[in-house]
Amino acid sequence: MPAVSKGDGMRGLAVFISDIRNCKSKEAEIKRINKELANIRSKFKGDKALDGYSKKKYVCKLLFIFLLGHDIDFGHMEAVNLLSSNKYTEKQIGYLFISVLVNSNSELIRLINNAIKNDLSSRNPTFMCLALHCIANVGSREMAEAFASEIPRILVAGDTMDSVKQSAALCLLRLYKTSPDLVLMGEWTSRVVHLLNDQHMGVVTAAISLITCLSQKNPDEFKTCVSLAVSRLSRIVSSASTDLQDYTYYFVPAPWLSCKLLRLLQCYPPPEDGAVKGRLVECLETILNKAQEPPKSKKVQHSNAKNAILFEAISLIIHYDSEPNLLVRACNQLGQFLQHRETNLRYLALESMCTLASSEFSHEAVKTHIETVINALKTERDVSVRQRAADLLYAMCDRSNAKQIVAEMLSYLETADYSIREEMVLKVAILAEKYAVDYSWYVDTILNLIRIAGDYVSEEVWYRVIQIVINRDDVQGYAAKTVFEALQAPACHENMVKVGGYILGEFGNLIAGDPRSSPLVQFNLLHSKFHLCSVPTRALLLSAYIKFINLFPETKATIQEVLRCDSQIRNSDVELQQRAVEYLKLSSIASTDVLATVLEEMPPFPERESSILAKLKKKKGPGAVSVTELEDSKREGGELNGGGDRGPDTAAMAASNASTPSPSADLLGIRSAAPVGAAPASAGSLLVDVFSEAGPIAPSAAVNDDGFLRFVCKNNGVLFENQLLQIGIKSEYRQNLGRMYLFYGNKTSVQFASFTTTVSCPGELQSHILSMHLCTKPVEPLVEGGAQIQQVLNIECLTDFSDAPLLNIKFRYGGALQNLTLKLPVTINKFFQPTEMTSSDFFQRWKQLSQPQQEAQKIFKANHSMDTEVLKAKLLGLGTALLDNVDPNPENYVCAGVIQTKGQQVGCLLRLEPNAQAQMYRLTLRCSKDSVSRRLCELLAEQF
Amino acid sequence: MMRFLLLFSRQGKLRLQKWFTPISEREKKKIIRDMTSMVLARQPRSCNFLHWKDLKIIYKRYASLYFCLAIENQENELLALEVIHRYVELLDKYFGNVCELDIIFNFEKAYFILDEFLMGGEIQETSKQMVNRSIEASDMLQEDDNSDWYEVELFG
Repeated sequence: MPAVSKGDGMRGLAVFISDIRNCKSKEAEIKRINKELANIRSKFKGDKALDGYSKKKYVCKLLFIFLLGHDIDFGHMEAVNLLSSNKYTEKQIGYLFISVLVNSNSELIRLINNAIKNDLSSRNPTFMCLALHCIANVGSREMAEAFASEIPRILVAGDTMDSVKQSAALCLLRLYKTSPDLVLMGEWTSRVVHLLNDQHMGVVTAAISLITCLSQKNPDEFKTCVSLAVSRLSRIVSSASTDLQDYTYYFVPAPWLSCKLLRLLQCYPPPEDGAVKGRLVECLETILNKAQEPPKSKKVQHSNAKNAILFEAISLIIHYDSEPNLLVRACNQLGQFLQHRETNLRYLALESMCTLASSEFSHEAVKTHIETVINALKTERDVSVRQRAADLLYAMCDRSNAKQIVAEMLSYLETADYSIREEMVLKVAILAEKYAVDYSWYVDTILNLIRIAGDYVSEEVWYRVIQIVINRDDVQGYAAKTVFEALQAPACHENMVKVGGYILGEFGNLIAGDPRSSPLVQFNLLHSKFHLCSVPTRALLLSAYIKFINLFPETKATIQEVLRCDSQIRNSDVELQQRAVEYLKLSSIASTDVLATVLEEMPPFPERESSILAKLKKKKGPGAVSVTELEDSKREGGELNGGGDRGPDTAAMAASNASTPSPSADLLGIRSAAPVGAAPASAGSLLVDVFSEAGPIAPSAAVNDDGFLRFVCKNNGVLFENQLLQIGIKSEYRQNLGRMYLFYGNKTSVQFASFTTTVSCPGELQSHILSMHLCTKPVEPLVEGGAQIQQVLNIECLTDFSDAPLLNIKFRYGGALQNLTLKLPVTINKFFQPTEMTSSDFFQRWKQLSQPQQEAQKIFKANHSMDTEVLKAKLLGLGTALLDNVDPNPENYVCAGVIQTKGQQVGCLLRLEPNAQAQMYRLTLRCSKDSVSRRLCELLAEQF
Repeated sequence: MMRFLLLFSRQGKLRLQKWFTPISEREKKKIIRDMTSMVLARQPRSCNFLHWKDLKIIYKRYASLYFCLAIENQENELLALEVIHRYVELLDKYFGNVCELDIIFNFEKAYFILDEFLMGGEIQETSKQMVNRSIEASDMLQEDDNSDWYEVELFG
């Protein structure tokens, strides 16, 4: 037992702890604990009233037992009793017990709140602090309800002790985070902001955390804090290291407060007031200058504190992104850190440079460090540092260095840690596509990717290479030759077989002239892989074979032989069997002409943005939509078609499901045949350009769907807003019916004239099958300045659908006609009815929906917080039932629901598997209707 | 803000756990398992930072004890290291050459000291003197339970 036992020792407790430590086995420990629990229980139940000391000792023992990891189901009452003791030491243990063992028992909470109330009004600062701590530690809704109105008063009252103010500020912050609706600052706002001027550094340090959080939520109300923060920061930065006494940390004046001030300023744009801004720039320059000064101490604490401020200042400079001089200085400073002997600094410099790379002012400066970063990727011992280096290479990549960076990333991939491979693959694929100058390089890169890390290549990546090869006739021959060579390897990845099968099936003829790759050689090569492949790949290969029969009549006999054998034509898998039967029949009865038409080369895919690229774009910033971004989205109208990311493989399967192939349905299938003559843009132009030139598809030039995806999991909110108009929606759904209230607000002071709105179903014109009935009444043609008008839209869902209805709004503002088209957030999931089911039911149904086309799956990167509660809220917002205890892995989420349309009901099962380490998700949907699986998968992949 | 602070030994024995947001017991156990296995597996001379879910994990070893602090994404890593260091200093000042056993046998004190320093996942008081003064003041109260609160003033 240690000699030190300050204050009052609780001898019994020390003996008990010592006993536990002497236990030789887990069993002995449990035995000792049970003995103690029995003892404590009998003491608590005994007739004799316990004195405060004993009660405290036993409560403390219970706490110790709990912290060892054992359940405690009694003693709460005794702990609550201790709260009302007037002996500090007993009260303190009572509060500690309550803080650690929060119990939602409402009876108890009422008693606890009562004790807290007494302590808060005791005017004893020590007791008040204990009570505030307890509120902050528990932070429950009930406590917020009881105290949220009291604490601001304590915080700003003139006679409150400093230490109590500190606790009150942080306690309030805690309550604000859990129950923002209950914490109303209102009249206190300005007094809270002025705490930034408080004499006591400790008070400022505590208060600034509260102010920062409040400013993030209500920037306008708190904007006076900017000038106060700048002057406080300026005073600290210019003070000598001794001025601040104990708030100087290893010769650095007030590092915590400095960082908090710099963080607070990051909630706001650069100060508008010239003087304030000048003062701030001066501070930032001083901080950068100090980094160059010799250290005042050799201790790591000194340099850590100093550099913490420096990094925070750099974050602010990056946040402002408006001072080229400071940005370049920041970049140079980080460049020095890249070679620092401290691993921590190298890590942080790499991380911080990533954000600098995206600023136009410092992008070039960041690029000068490429060799150092590549070197870090190769030589750093620590995987987390290597990961940062890879991130930075990705961020600094542009057309000028893409080949070098992609090559380095590929070679790193060979030895990369498993934990980061998937992400690396995605990054290489994105860069290769984005900066491809010649397509053979792109094809080489992706095939290398599959060769090196095939397991980590997601569907999007290999779908994409096929789409590009099909659309670019200048690369088809090269691609065929390259996949043929790649397939020679004795062990090649299944993804390689898929790409190979697809490409040779389409373009094998381009290399068939060479006897080394004659048709039969090609076929035998593909077929040698067949038996090692999974069902979907085999299905794809079968389609490639029938394409071969068309391309090379000399292979017909061999291939028919293969199709005819029992393992194909009687395959237990219904999909494979069906393909074998149909293809065999087709090849035997169809004339050469029919065969040639049916099995014609794939038409080009409609040019549209790559799904991988879309992910990248979203990562850039889901913030406010600037005018330029809106312009961009107008030009990229192509992606609005909402066709989704159906890959060639699933498409092929869907096509083969049609029992009698018609000449127009290509067997290797593509979702919507591109219009004849829709030739790809001029050869040689960059891929990226091709995407942005895709023509608009919606009738009105500008369909705005920015707001659309935000409403998949929620029903109310602001759908659209610009300088003139705000559109809010509220909607409710029941069965297959829905009602949406649209609120049009005129934000100007001028009347809108001839205001008309039209709602249309996008499928209406092309086909006669309506997916939904939309019914609405016309609105008043005049909307006064500042006024809001309402419109009700009734919706009846007739059948499942992918395309959302469009809302067109026309009105005159001033003389100018305004025309706006929005996608209304009516998505198929709105018609969900949640279905509760047991684990066994779930799995039974899951198995029943096992046809490949019934399943849609996507692996994608997390774009939002992976927090459990957030995810749950979203999944519930989706409309399905969130099922607990179904998936054997508790990290995963499974949901079930039935989509109600007028014609039919579609059962849907969903499984979402988060991988927190990689920040990725795998989403799987199985529905009784395949188009629903795909649509839900597309919609949901954008939500997490 | 900070989300949690864990102290564990080289053998992975948990010595102190402080959670700044409400988390279920089951989740806590899982986090403790993840943290100990992740941190103990780190090679010497690696950097002190890790990404874990949407949090940053900052850890540092002092003698036989690992201090492991989880902070939210926008927080400053270097300063988090110094939060750990300041806590070690406070413990050291209180116990005098603090060792793992002090924290085992006086766990409640370790919590009280932490509470004076941090609150709700934010820094409450960075001054070592101020924190020590309030700890000493409450110790004085402990020694004389009959004293009433006016005496706090004398030491505060």
